[in-house]
Parts: sequence; C-alpha cells; structure tokens
Amino acid sequence: MSDIAGTKPALRWVVQASVIFLVVLWIVPTLGLLISSFRTADQIATSGWWKSLFPSEQNLTLRTAAPDTQIQENGMYVIEGNLFDEGQKATISKWGVSSRAVDAFEPGQTAELRRGGTITVDANGNYKAENAEEFTGNRGPRVFVSAELPPEFTLDNYHKVLLAEDSTDSMGRAFFNTLTVTIPATIIPILVAAFAAYALAWMEFPGRALLIAAIVGLLVVPLQLALIPLLKFHLNIGIGKGYLGVWLAHTGFGMPLAIYLLRSYMASLPRDLIENARVDGASEFQIFTKLILPLSFPALASFAILQFLWTWNDLLVAKVFLIDASGQTTVMTNRIVELLGTRGGNWEILATAAFVSIIVPLIVFFAMQKYLVRGLLAGSVK
Amino acid sequence: MHPALQGLLTIAIGVSGCVGYFYLSNQFLDKVLFPARGPNAGRNINRANMIRPWLFLLPALAAIGLYLAYPVVETLRLSLTDRVAGGGYQWVGLANYVQMVAEPKFWEAMRNNMFWLIVVPAMSTAFGLLAAQLTDRIRWGNIAKALIFMPMAISFVGASVIWKLIYDARPAEQDQIGILNALYLFFGGTEPQTWLTIPFWNNFFLMGILIWIQTGFAMVILSAALRGIPEETVEAAVLDGANPFQIFFKIKVPQIWNTILVVWTTITILVLKVFDIVFAMTNGQWETQVLANYMYDKMFRANDWGVGSASAMVIMLLVTPILVWNIRNVRREME
Repeated sequence: MSDIAGTKPALRWVVQASVIFLVVLWIVPTLGLLISSFRTADQIATSGWWKSLFPSEQNLTLRTAAPDTQIQENGMYVIEGNLFDEGQKATISKWGVSSRAVDAFEPGQTAELRRGGTITVDANGNYKAENAEEFTGNRGPRVFVSAELPPEFTLDNYHKVLLAEDSTDSMGRAFFNTLTVTIPATIIPILVAAFAAYALAWMEFPGRALLIAAIVGLLVVPLQLALIPLLKFHLNIGIGKGYLGVWLAHTGFGMPLAIYLLRSYMASLPRDLIENARVDGASEFQIFTKLILPLSFPALASFAILQFLWTWNDLLVAKVFLIDASGQTTVMTNRIVELLGTRGGNWEILATAAFVSIIVPLIVFFAMQKYLVRGLLAGSVK
Repeated sequence: MHPALQGLLTIAIGVSGCVGYFYLSNQFLDKVLFPARGPNAGRNINRANMIRPWLFLLPALAAIGLYLAYPVVETLRLSLTDRVAGGGYQWVGLANYVQMVAEPKFWEAMRNNMFWLIVVPAMSTAFGLLAAQLTDRIRWGNIAKALIFMPMAISFVGASVIWKLIYDARPAEQDQIGILNALYLFFGGTEPQTWLTIPFWNNFFLMGILIWIQTGFAMVILSAALRGIPEETVEAAVLDGANPFQIFFKIKVPQIWNTILVVWTTITILVLKVFDIVFAMTNGQWETQVLANYMYDKMFRANDWGVGSASAMVIMLLVTPILVWNIRNVRREME
C-alpha cells in the first residue's frame, strides 16, 4: 500500500525532493546558530554564517609589527614578520599600502611606503619593510590585502560563556540553576501522580468518573491564571520567591498531564494480573509498588521526558516564582532574554548561550525520542 | 546552602516524604484504624477499602486543587477587585473589564491572537500532515522525521534567538548576516528589510517560529494515525483507479479526521498561552502584542492585578470551548 508511488518513478522523485526540501528548511535555522557559535564576533558581523563553510575572499586592513620591533641589517632598518595570526593560512591575491589603491600590487612586488622606505609582501603574508632611516611612531604601517581565507572556527565563545568566572555573560551559574529547578520538578510529580493514577485506574469508589473528567478539564487551564493567586499564596505562607516555590508550582502544573498519561496507561494493563494479585492476598500498596510501577515504566518515562523538556525550557514560571531582584537564581532562558535585550548585537555571546541551553534537551530528545513520541500520542486528548 | 545541595535534599525529602506518606498512611489504615481482625474484620476491610483510594489521591488532588482549581476562582475574584493603597481589596465590579476594553493595546492583542489562532494550528497541521505522508514513503523517513521533530526540544527562548539571527538586518552597504535578507536581496529585493518592525506582517514572522516548533508534533501524531488506517480501504481505492492525490484526500484524510482535530486543538491551546516568543522577540512592540504578553505586562510591569486578571480570564474564556469538548469526549469514551 505504501508504495503506490512506486509505479511512477517521477512521483517518487518528487517525494524525495520534497522531503529533502522540508528537512533542509527545518534544520537550517538551528544549523545557523550552531555554526555562528563557533565564529568570532568579527566574522559573524561581517559575513553570513553560510559563507563560513567555504574559503572566502576578504578585504582586510592589517598592520605590520610596531616600529619598536625593528632591527638593523646592513645599515638598513628592517621590520619583518607575517601579516596574519599564527596558524592562519591565507593566500593574498592583491595588496596595497594606500586606502585609495588597495589592490595596486601583486604578491612579491615591492611598494613605496608613504612615510619613507619600502615594503615587500608575499602571497603567504610574509612581509619585509626596509628603510634607510629609523621607522617612527608606535604602530606599524598599514597594509591592505585581498586574501582568500580558509574556514575558521573557534571554541573561544564557549570558553567565555561557560567558564568566565566574573563575566556578566557567564551561563555557568544559570546552567546549574536550571538543573536545580528541573530535576526535583521532574521527579516529584511522577511519584505523586502515579499513586493517584493507580487509584483512578483500578480502584472503585464513588465520584471516580467525575474526578477523571475534572482532571481532563484542568489539562487545558492556562497557567497564566495561576500566577498572581499563587504568588500571593507563596508570599503569604513565607516561601516567597525561590526554588521551593518553583518546584511546587511545576509539580502542580504538571499534575493533570501526569495523572492523565499514567492513568490511561495503567488502565490498559491486563485486568487478570491485578485481580490475581488481589486474590493472592497482596495489599493495594504492594500491588502498586511491586506490579504496577515497574510495568508502567514506559508511561513514567514518557511523562518524565515531557516534564523535563517543559521545566528546562520554561521562562514564565521561573520569572514569576523563582527569580528575585538579586538575580542569583536566574535560569538560562531568562539569561538569554536579558542578553537579547542588553547585548542584542553580540551574536557570538547570544548564539553560544542559546546553544548551551538547547544542547541538553536535544541530547535527551535524541536519546529518548521513542518515549517522547509515546507520551505525545497518549497525551493529546482523544 | 548551595542550591544544588538544596536540590538534592529536596529530591530526597520529596521522594522519601511521598513514599513515607503512602506507606505509613496505608499501614495506619490497615493496622490501627480498621484492623482486618477481631469481631468486625469483614466490616473493617470494607471500610478500609472505601477510604484507601482517597489516601492515594490526596497529595495529587491537593496539588491540583491548590495550583490549578483555586487560582481559577481567585483570578475571577481578583478581576472584579482593585488593590487599595495600604493593603486590602476593593470590589469594583466590571470596572477592570471596562478599562481593558477601552485600551487599544488590548484590541491589538485580540486581533493578533485571532490571527495566531487561525494561522499557527492550520499551518502546523498542514505541514505536519504533509511531512507525515511524505516521510512514510521513503527509506530514510525516520531520520527525516527526527530532524523535523527536533525543534520540539528547543525552548521558545532558544528558538527566538535562532530566528532573530534569521531575521537580522544590516544596512544595505554591508553583507547581510540574516539569511532571510540575504535570500531576499539575492532574489531581487531592493534593500534589506527589518522584518520584525513591519506592522501587521511582523506577526506572521513571529508565528513562523511557533509553526517551526509545532510541525514536528503534528507530524508525529498524524503519522501514527496514517499508519493505523486499514490497508483494505486504500487497496480498494487503488483497484478502482484512484490517483495518489485522490487516495490521500478522499480516503486517508477523512479516516484520520478525528486525529487532525485533536492536533488542531492541542496546538490551539498552546497558541493561547504563547508568551515567550513575543516577549523575547519584540515584547509586543510594533503591533505584535498578544494576550498572554499583554497580561504579563499588566501584572508585572504595570502592577495592575485587576486588569491583568481580567485579561487572564479572557484567555480562560477562549479555552473553555475546548475544555468542554475534551470533557465530553472523555466521558463518552468511559461509558
């Protein structure tokens, strides 16, 4: 059935091409950010990230070493060296010494310097400036080059963003804060919800159907409604803003989905299993811990991954319940929004910070995709 | 105490507290309150079994009641009151709502939200359906799916940074670093556009971000539904000489109609809550305000809890039809 298109090669090619197009469209945005995070601020600001993958022809303004490095050779003053940073492999095609004629000379030719003396520049950037008199000033003469530069990437941004101790750009602390919010906020609701889900799935009591309906209803209540009343509540009982508050909030907000997911899964377990255990004299508590909980692992994992992604990526709940004026408890999403405001132009910092924050969910996503899909399939209310 | 330590401690206390509560309360019920021995053993067992479900449910119901049910009522009350200087609240009836509907920003948010509500679910579902149908037919379909699905794992804030780079604009004489402007100029655009400041159309550039994130979700759900279609129906259509497009639109889509509705409503609910994207990208400037961000503005910037709560109630009102629909579906399923 799946290959009706198989009879028509043309259609098959259209399908292939369309999928390639879709995939490219969907990964290019992320790819752009990833590549940008490995480029220097200058590179990001002067050329598109897609150009960084290929050798690029660039016009650069460089300087020779400063005059105080000059040496005397056969009665001439000489400054020698290479125009490029160490390890940079560039090929110069044209060069010049005046901003009005930046491509006046071929590599290997010799040019007159405006302030006296001559300079020779080779294709690989080696230069030799000679002068009968001493070079003066505290900067070397300018050299304009058109050069082909190979792709160049750096880890400096990550170093700066993650490790810089005193820097205001540091994401290190925010990373740990996010982790501190996420892990308890993922584990605790699972346990609480699992017991409730078991009761709703396998125990008979009046009002059960009503409770399930109420939970399905609360599944869609926008958490915006909860912000002010709960903030007031937290302030009244003395929790204030802090980790305890944000853990409680995430636990409460995640509860309906957790109960709903786990209940559907537990209700689908075979009835015989549970009734046999009851006949054998197991208590409900034993049935739950020894039988239901291990069997429900897929559903537990599904919810855990959804809740993890949700708490890790959350901005609103953290802003309202966690982050106080001191800013010590900021989380990564909030740091990035702040960076967007204050350093909107510093793409190297922004791109790197954003990538640091999305790499963990991406790893979790690719490692546990199966459970995520299962959770979504069960969680979208039928 | 170091927060990480505090976190570990919380996990330990939280987990052992939960287990301890459930274990001890069950023990108390069975051993002390209604012991299954003595003259009333039979009656006691029955009574214990009547109470036990509520022991299992108590912590969860407490959390739900306090963190979701109570706020709905409290927000309604707050929307009808104003804070009085020096503490306390004053009943003001519908004054907050009147004040809100008099604000142009509110209507701007309503208008934009309507566009969000139409465009994002429609486009995400359409792209998702397309991707599901196409990837099911090719050998590397699973890899393609994973890549299209990937943005689901990315935070709205992270996605905002990603797309801000795409929408970036440089002065005309410089090299463009935003890919959209680079393409625009490449295909004959005259000068670079600052996409996010073009009123009205900028809304659609923001919506693009959410569509990019949600398409994967729609694709995964719809792909499962497509695979669940009985093969006989498709085979019969092939024998009758239907072409692939007819098979897709006349045979397959009608059979997964319910799933499409589910995907549509799930994304609709998400759209109503969308806050991070607008907050991070434009903060509602250049006519891009939406309800959730308007509410945040009122509550935490203007510190006007009355109007903030009133706008939260508007969001609640908009999800209510879906809420009712969901409950009816579940009740029908359980009967």
